[in-house]
Amino acid sequence: MSDVYVLGVDMIKFGRFPDRTVPDIGAEAALMALDDAGLTIKDMQAMYCGNLGQANAMVGQRILQEIGQTGIPVVNCANACATGATAFREAWMSIKAGMYDVVLAVGVEQMGKGLLGGTGGGEGIPKEGLLGSGTMPCVFAEAGMEHSKEHGTTFEQFAKISVKNHHHSTMNPKAMYQIETPLDVVMNAEMISYPNTKLMCSVNVDGSAAAVLVSEKKAKELGMERAVKVRASAMASDPYTDRDLVMPDVNACTRLAAEQAYEMAGVGPEDINLVELHDCFATAEMLHYENLGLCKDGDAGKMIDEGHVELGGKVPVNVSGGLLSKGHPLGATGIANIYEVCTHLRGEAGGRQVEGARLGMTHVIGLGTACGIHILEKV
Amino acid sequence: MSEKSLPAVDYLKIPEDGDPYLEGHKCSDCGAVFLGERKVCSKCFARDKISAVKLEETGVLHSFSVVYRSFPGIDVPYISAIVDLDGGGTVKGNLINIEPDPEKIDFGMKVKLTYQDALGRKDKEGNSYLSYFFEPA
Repeated sequence: MSDVYVLGVDMIKFGRFPDRTVPDIGAEAALMALDDAGLTIKDMQAMYCGNLGQANAMVGQRILQEIGQTGIPVVNCANACATGATAFREAWMSIKAGMYDVVLAVGVEQMGKGLLGGTGGGEGIPKEGLLGSGTMPCVFAEAGMEHSKEHGTTFEQFAKISVKNHHHSTMNPKAMYQIETPLDVVMNAEMISYPNTKLMCSVNVDGSAAAVLVSEKKAKELGMERAVKVRASAMASDPYTDRDLVMPDVNACTRLAAEQAYEMAGVGPEDINLVELHDCFATAEMLHYENLGLCKDGDAGKMIDEGHVELGGKVPVNVSGGLLSKGHPLGATGIANIYEVCTHLRGEAGGRQVEGARLGMTHVIGLGTACGIHILEKV
Repeated sequence: MSEKSLPAVDYLKIPEDGDPYLEGHKCSDCGAVFLGERKVCSKCFARDKISAVKLEETGVLHSFSVVYRSFPGIDVPYISAIVDLDGGGTVKGNLINIEPDPEKIDFGMKVKLTYQDALGRKDKEGNSYLSYFFEPA
């Protein structure tokens, strides 16, 4: 099986674009990724498109209607917050399978403001606030509180994650926000669902990101200078755990995918130089330090207290600003974090560059549940 | 419109004569307890081994959040609680009759089920509903 390389990758600056259409937003990133690869839509043999909000509306084809209708196969996919990673992985798999040498993956989302989630409607009466809460801030708060129960993790430690990611975003011109948020500001922001304050919740934004993936043969032909090798692509659904039908379990799913990714890449957590992980809420990031093996179980609080996950630390996490500040356009997130890691591996990340980065990891979780992990390597 | 309250969820049972209770569906092969009917066990994959059981009225608080922002029209703050019932089964619900202050809620505290009107919520036909809540035991 051929190795697979990312030859071109880019994302638009995340923001709010109520006057634009989903295909228009997606087309912009697609063209940027093609330009980055030095290729055109005529060179693409297939397209994989991730979008959640219009999952039944042929977004990939509508993007091609804006940038070039070449007749290539298009697969549209939806996999909650793992949607972008799923599109990327399907593209990767098509090259692995030997079907194609050059394919395009696009992730795009246009979001409203406000709370996501909620406890099912269905028959009878609304259940939200009657049988607990199914809002995302609450679901991830409950997951974080489970960590507090087991390890004594504090509100302040969770809040420090948000301080860190907002700080990182001040160095990322493509992030939605570039604003420092000191600890007292994070902790005193409106409490949404304890312990997640408003500044500990990801930002709903519009955005897109895209990547051109190529086979080894094609990468050698086109030039390897800026190519990034995909060392591993892993995906898991939620294995049965005792409470997961009532309390979505983001841990077991991540651990399963991480184990597979490390095995496929033949590396361990100690070899990873930077991680973009799914900080949909500050509480979630804390869990994934352990789930991804960046530290021992129970040591996540120390990772943030001792600065190991900051830029300049042992394993910087979410130097892009993460979902907390860069923003979280659901279908685009899983390719935007691949853009971030590739940018560091190429040495092009400017003020937030992780020096000497050779191996990076991306991770997303879509509740329901899907976990997608990629390990990328500098060529 | 029904004169009697309807159950807020399928797994809340209101017998003609007797007290309301929560119903689980238990796999006789592996013991996993689910809410709602099903034919196949998603833990051990056994088929046709699932049967209805009455869940116990007491349990232990596993995790929670105090919800301060919800959808419009929903009273806040309230405690969203995950409870492991004694004898098996995990259920999510509101924890009431305790101050919604994270400092005053202990993980592992013992709680019990209580059945009350569903916060005055009615459906389009004007039917009232009975729901379940947790309170300190």
